[in-house]
Amino acid sequence: MTRPLIKVTGLCKSFGALRATDNLDLDIREGEIHALIGPNGAGKSTLVAQLAGELRSDAGRVEFQCRDVTALPPPERVALGLVRSFQITSVFREFSALANVALAVQARQGHSFRFWRGALADPLLTEPARRCLEQVGLGARAETPAARLSYGEQRQLEIAMALATGPKLLLLDEPLAGMGREDSAVIVELLGSLRGRHTMLLIEHDMDAVFSLADRISVLVYGRAVATGTPDAIRRDPDVQRAYLGEEAHAGEFFHA
Amino acid sequence: MTSLLPNTPRRWAVALLAVALLALPPAAQALGEPFYISLVSRVLVFALAAMSLDLILGFGGLVCFGHAMFVGVGAYVVGILAHHAAEETLLLGLLPGTASGWIAWPLAMLCAGALAAAVGFVSLRTKGVHFIMITLAFAQMAYFFFVSLRAYGGDDGLSLAARSTFSGLVSLRDKVSFYYVALGVLAVVGLLLWRVTGSRFGMVLQGAKANERRMVHIGFPVFRYRLAAFALAGAVAGLAGALLANQANFVSPAMMHWTRSGEIIVMVILGGMGTLVGPVVGAFVFLLLEEALSGWTEHWQVVFGPALLLAVIYARQGLYGLLPVRESAR
Repeated sequence: MTRPLIKVTGLCKSFGALRATDNLDLDIREGEIHALIGPNGAGKSTLVAQLAGELRSDAGRVEFQCRDVTALPPPERVALGLVRSFQITSVFREFSALANVALAVQARQGHSFRFWRGALADPLLTEPARRCLEQVGLGARAETPAARLSYGEQRQLEIAMALATGPKLLLLDEPLAGMGREDSAVIVELLGSLRGRHTMLLIEHDMDAVFSLADRISVLVYGRAVATGTPDAIRRDPDVQRAYLGEEAHAGEFFHA
Repeated sequence: MTSLLPNTPRRWAVALLAVALLALPPAAQALGEPFYISLVSRVLVFALAAMSLDLILGFGGLVCFGHAMFVGVGAYVVGILAHHAAEETLLLGLLPGTASGWIAWPLAMLCAGALAAAVGFVSLRTKGVHFIMITLAFAQMAYFFFVSLRAYGGDDGLSLAARSTFSGLVSLRDKVSFYYVALGVLAVVGLLLWRVTGSRFGMVLQGAKANERRMVHIGFPVFRYRLAAFALAGAVAGLAGALLANQANFVSPAMMHWTRSGEIIVMVILGGMGTLVGPVVGAFVFLLLEEALSGWTEHWQVVFGPALLLAVIYARQGLYGLLPVRESAR
């Protein structure tokens, strides 16, 4: 068994009486695509915010590459390679696609207290940025302002920005949210092509995508991981079936897929 | 392909503005209206202050409602040093005064920049309305500090004992010389800030304005960059203060009154935020309109207010911002 890239033990987060993350344990292995599924309100987005350092955990421990990162602020986590993307597209709308990605490239090239040289004329920024755009299929749209990209393209840009930071673990918060079938297929193919190069924690409601991409799946219910296993094992798990069927009527669709 | 002529409306505007500003003193003297030289000198000084505010307001999205405090501190540094030099006394019993601009002006920038760093260190932890209020509160504290500073005239202010000297290179007593010094400072600072806003640092500042959360999650600790921008803007405002002291031949707490801070914000918004040239245009329109209207009626603000309102409603990107960035397609 490969060592876990990230090891979460006993993680807790409450909002008032609501336990969004409840004594959660989770290991993600180097190189895998690990999907996190669960009914709405299971605490998936809270967990991503905790892992990205946006929300302070009440208790528990997060180890990334055997280093305790539980109290680290987000920029320092990004520097270590722990990077999130956003469910609601979060790009710099007035910047060109290239500038969006160049800014992410810039973040990993040391401090930005450089006051003179034009950033967008600097090949140290623009060349890696172009490569990232090409990787996600936006090579031809480099000069287009982000606000004028289609919704699907903005989602691609979102991923390009996360890639540009040089992530070891990508926390993908619903990368397919709000997308049509065709656009989804583009992203699924893209994520598949990144397999092995980046470890991913994939949060997604699209079960076709989850079951086709994931090496392992964890099921989150009321802030706890009730099961973790291969897609096949998860399909057969009685706890999972009960939890899901108890919560959402339509959830049956993937058990019989 | 490249031509020496400007190729966009904005560049044309900048070129025309530069020519007009260079030609103004001889033109005013030829017309027998030297008054315009001092009037526009004053505009240039406020343009510098507004430009420095644009760095944090227009590019950084930080609505600082205390910018006049940094202008005032810069002015007082020059005023106080000149006072001690003239009286041949020691500042705080330690330091001799000086009228030398080589020393006083950088010191004005340093003090205003250091104050801005301290103010920013506290206030940049807040956002939105709270940021506006806390910068206002700091400016009020500075205002009342200087009001209560009896040794330097308190409420009444302090006459400048002597204009800043520059090793006999240039005499600021001469209106035309002062004008060109102010214009030169404005041009140099404008060029520097133009480079800064396009640099890596500038990209971080603009990114943090557009989407702070995203900046944090691609790995930028935005606070320190904002703080640096705030200190830099404060230092440039301090330089404007040093110029203002020499222009007015006088320093007083009124320079850092909160209405002054408001006026500088108006200049930036009126001219066009995030353009650097816009604040210069804004300072012109604001101060010339004020001059013209106040000569016409005592209640000039009754006219001025609605005019501003219309400008902000119909020119949301400011007057300079109305000009297209690119040449229109033919």
